[in-house]
Amino acid sequence: MIDLTQLQDQIKKKLSVIENQPELENTKSFFLGKKGLITLAFKELGTLDVTIRKEQASKLNIIKSQLTDKINALQQDIASKEINKKLNTEKLDITLPAKKIIKGKIHPVSQVIDELTSIFSEIGFSVAEGPDIENEYNNFTALNTPEHHPARDMHDTFYLDKDKKTLLRTHTSPVQIRTMLKQKPPIKIIVPGRTYRCDSDMTHTPMFHQLEGLYLDKNINMGDLKGCLEYFLKKFFENDKLKMRLRPSHFPFTEPSAEVDISYKIDDNKIVVGEGDRWLEVLGCGMVHPNVLKNVKIDSTKFQGYAFGVGIDRLAMLKYGITDLRSFFEGDVRWIDHYGFDSNDVPTNYRGLSK
Amino acid sequence: MKFTQSWLTRHSKIKLPTEKISEALTNIGLEVESIIKPNKNLKYFKIAKILNVSKHPNADKLKVCDVDIGKNKVKVVCGADNVRKDLITVFAPPGAIIPKNNLKIAVAKIRGVESFGMLCSESELNISNESSGIIELKNYKIGENFFKSEEDVFDISITPNRSDCLGVKGIARDLYASGLGKIIDNSKVSLKFSSKKKINVSIQKNSGCLQFGCLVIEGVKNHESPSWLKNHLRSIGLKPISAIVDITNFVMVDLNRPMHAYDLENVDKEIIVRKSKINEKFEALDDKEYSLPENSCLITDKSRILGLGGIIGGKFSSISEDTKNIILEAAAFDPVSISRTSKKLSLITDAKYRFERGVDPFSIEEGLKLAATLINQICGGKVGKISIFGKKNSNKTQIKYNPDFFQQKIGFEVSTKKQVEILNKLGFIVKKSGKYLNLVVPSWRPDISKPECITEEILRIIGLDKIPSNKPDTKKINNTLNYHQKLFHLLQRSFATRGYKETISWTFTDSKLDKLFSNNIKTIENPISSDLDCLRSSNFTNLLIQLKNNMDRSYTNIPIFEIGPYFEEDYKQKIAATAIFSGNKTFSSWIEPNKEISIFDIKEDLFYVLSDIGFDLEKLYLKRSLKNYYHPGKSGEVYLNEHSKDCIASFGEIHPLITQNIGINKFKPCGFEIYLDNIPVPKLSQRLSKQKFTKSNLQIVERDFAVIFDKNVTAQEIQKQIKNTNPTLIKSIDFFDLYQGENIEPNKKSLAIKVVFEPKNETLKDQDIENFCNDIVFSLKSLGGSLRS
Repeated sequence: MIDLTQLQDQIKKKLSVIENQPELENTKSFFLGKKGLITLAFKELGTLDVTIRKEQASKLNIIKSQLTDKINALQQDIASKEINKKLNTEKLDITLPAKKIIKGKIHPVSQVIDELTSIFSEIGFSVAEGPDIENEYNNFTALNTPEHHPARDMHDTFYLDKDKKTLLRTHTSPVQIRTMLKQKPPIKIIVPGRTYRCDSDMTHTPMFHQLEGLYLDKNINMGDLKGCLEYFLKKFFENDKLKMRLRPSHFPFTEPSAEVDISYKIDDNKIVVGEGDRWLEVLGCGMVHPNVLKNVKIDSTKFQGYAFGVGIDRLAMLKYGITDLRSFFEGDVRWIDHYGFDSNDVPTNYRGLSK
Repeated sequence: MKFTQSWLTRHSKIKLPTEKISEALTNIGLEVESIIKPNKNLKYFKIAKILNVSKHPNADKLKVCDVDIGKNKVKVVCGADNVRKDLITVFAPPGAIIPKNNLKIAVAKIRGVESFGMLCSESELNISNESSGIIELKNYKIGENFFKSEEDVFDISITPNRSDCLGVKGIARDLYASGLGKIIDNSKVSLKFSSKKKINVSIQKNSGCLQFGCLVIEGVKNHESPSWLKNHLRSIGLKPISAIVDITNFVMVDLNRPMHAYDLENVDKEIIVRKSKINEKFEALDDKEYSLPENSCLITDKSRILGLGGIIGGKFSSISEDTKNIILEAAAFDPVSISRTSKKLSLITDAKYRFERGVDPFSIEEGLKLAATLINQICGGKVGKISIFGKKNSNKTQIKYNPDFFQQKIGFEVSTKKQVEILNKLGFIVKKSGKYLNLVVPSWRPDISKPECITEEILRIIGLDKIPSNKPDTKKINNTLNYHQKLFHLLQRSFATRGYKETISWTFTDSKLDKLFSNNIKTIENPISSDLDCLRSSNFTNLLIQLKNNMDRSYTNIPIFEIGPYFEEDYKQKIAATAIFSGNKTFSSWIEPNKEISIFDIKEDLFYVLSDIGFDLEKLYLKRSLKNYYHPGKSGEVYLNEHSKDCIASFGEIHPLITQNIGINKFKPCGFEIYLDNIPVPKLSQRLSKQKFTKSNLQIVERDFAVIFDKNVTAQEIQKQIKNTNPTLIKSIDFFDLYQGENIEPNKKSLAIKVVFEPKNETLKDQDIENFCNDIVFSLKSLGGSLRS
């Protein structure tokens, strides 16, 4: 009968010296191969007396399973050692530069239009648009600015014909007329778009952007206008403490008319909007003039509402600290890379307007 | 409009700090643009009297004077010839800075004698060029400041509707309504009409003059204005000329009542107001000759044009120092006529500015009386009676106004009593009639015609800060964005995702460049400059200019895009999303070599974007582009399908003639455009049009073919032909090699094509696959394709 204690000693001794895969294989077949010691021991069982056979078999089974476990463990150990050895030879200089990133950008004016749309969408406004080329009637006359009205002089208009009948719109207000002619009240729109005036200096460009607002219903009053503007300005500048004031003014198409100032201060040569005690004019507004409603055949005794207009480029400059208006339209890639926005930076209400 | 507080006190009892008045002005709608602070230095200069003159011990030309400067007496050394005892002049004490040369006066020894200041000439004070001696004054109080306009000057911007506030009187009235000051009634003047002399005036029909008021003053002595008048005019930047002219200017600013004075000697018998005929010429007060547009309003006599009504007087009949007898004019003109004439002549005057905005027709008499009184006081003479020719003043505007209307429009309540009080102070005549107020609008407010105007008047006086701020309602009437607006937004973000940078360029461009894009130039009548003289026919025009400008700054790798308007024939506006890429697609590095952008890179970007906005790329159809701004061989157009008429997009290399013309020589910029107007609104949204997802676990089969075709057979045709052999099973058709050259005939090309079959229901058998492949080979024969052996 094979001495199992001796066998275990032998196993222990053999396993302790294994260093690589071939040695492991050798050891494995030395014990478990066809002529392996354990295999032979199992064969011997048949020749043993019944009384001791059972005990011997049970012991042998335990030894075999322990050995198999140990060999498996050793197998994994050796494999990972060998992989690690190979990987050690595959080191790269990870500080070498990757391929150049070319980043797209969204223009600040587009970003601000998206911000404004997001803000006004929350309070029920939808976006309306109109053409850049307008007729003189929609741009002026229908807006209660008849020919020879001094207010026309203030808009240095680009004309497209000698009779001055077609022009590049001087403001987004003609879209009020277009919308009211094709849609019955209630009307609740914002109108972003390009506008044009024959004017060019440090603070004026011949093309710029405006956002028009119009809310017409049965009982919209100037308190609603003030509330809407306060909501919009606080949201836009992301400052709940922003101070705003209305100042009487005059626009031919609103009565009463007002200009809106917001508070600001100069801090470290930079303009900080919403704080301080200086005032900055940002927009014009008022109650839609009854003559305008008459021109679009809306009964001004039944419907009333407000309108406002704000310079988009200027809002962008104030919010994002851009100082030169003319740079907006020069297409300098350095400027776009600096002030532009990432493509996935979409202003939303839940995420917040700006990153 | 400029004015001072002291001028204000002619019409109102008011004495308040500048800031207080300034704040009130802005709050009631008379926005203060700036406050001009007085030059502090000027208050140093004092009126002084020479008490005694003695010779300078060490210099023949110098004299030593004892000078009374009010509070005390000082010694001053002076070299002027006109220095004499009892002369009243201007003294500059130590510390004063002489305006002419900015020299600071200090106590100094002059040839051994100490001088405690300086006596000044007019030239040294920048008053005139008179430098031959020190100033000689009469009737001045010793010790007082010489410069009276030591006041803050308000400069306010007047909106076009508020012509009444182009007169100081109107400003005083508005301030009074807001609770500042108390109005002084200046309407009663004691003026004796002691001359019987009259002049006859006839106003012709449609002359543009509605009323002509005038009077004659005989025997005046025109001279320099008294200092109070000069100070008033100077304080607001008007140059004093002579008393009569200064008085007409004074009345204009005081009452918003432009006036004109004619020298009676130079008026031939009578005055005729008429409209101008063709080719009439006229020499104006400004020494310029004007060729008058037809139908301008002219003031004439029997032989000459005396003035351009309401705009400018004539030279011939103007007032001089020798004028003895004058005609004073105060008239009412048609604002439209004035505006038309002045615009055609590009002539802007203070009178024109006021008449265009509206001058109270009821102020003719008031103006004539005030001017005549002042002339009488300052220049003497006998005043003739006032005559007013033309139509009688029309009725004043009346408005039936319900005080509840205020709350309805503005959103808060103001008591009827308070509303009436404000309107009264503003000059309205208010009569109650049941729940209504019957209002007579003051004649100086031509802008007020409707109840809404009344709410504005009350609101601006009460203060806009009283308006409540109502929480905005969220009532929604339409969707925020329509399909094309969403498309616009998606395109912007999609272009940027592909690495393009958004720019915004002018809608107008240079016609010299635009000509290369279109035969039809959309010109602007009054362009801002010659290189922005037409509307752009393509967005590429300005993008190429921007490209070039960036290259000039040594930035050569430029993917930029713009979504904006361009214009077709007859100024028809369209919108395109346009991208341009110049420079490298890849940069030389340790990873890969340099590679310039090609039209297949551009096509990739275009198709990425088209896929982003929801197109099934397999269904799109390509044609060669006929657009003249692309390289004819390297450009294409994308259609929704084979039969659709309008292309939704195009791409290609920019035509070398255009890039050369702009001065881009080193690179070959490529571009693509998506035409938003040509993209129809889909019948179903993407969400609803999406089909159910079905999963197949069956083995996918790939087969490769090498086929030789004629060169002009297109990949699109081949794909279509193959796909048609088995539309449901064939999942994709790719070209993995294109070969032309050795072993291939010169007009042929060899294409390696990979076809992928994806079975849906059962695994494909070998025999089936072989049949499918045979079908493909057979179908390609109709395109002249033969398997490469």
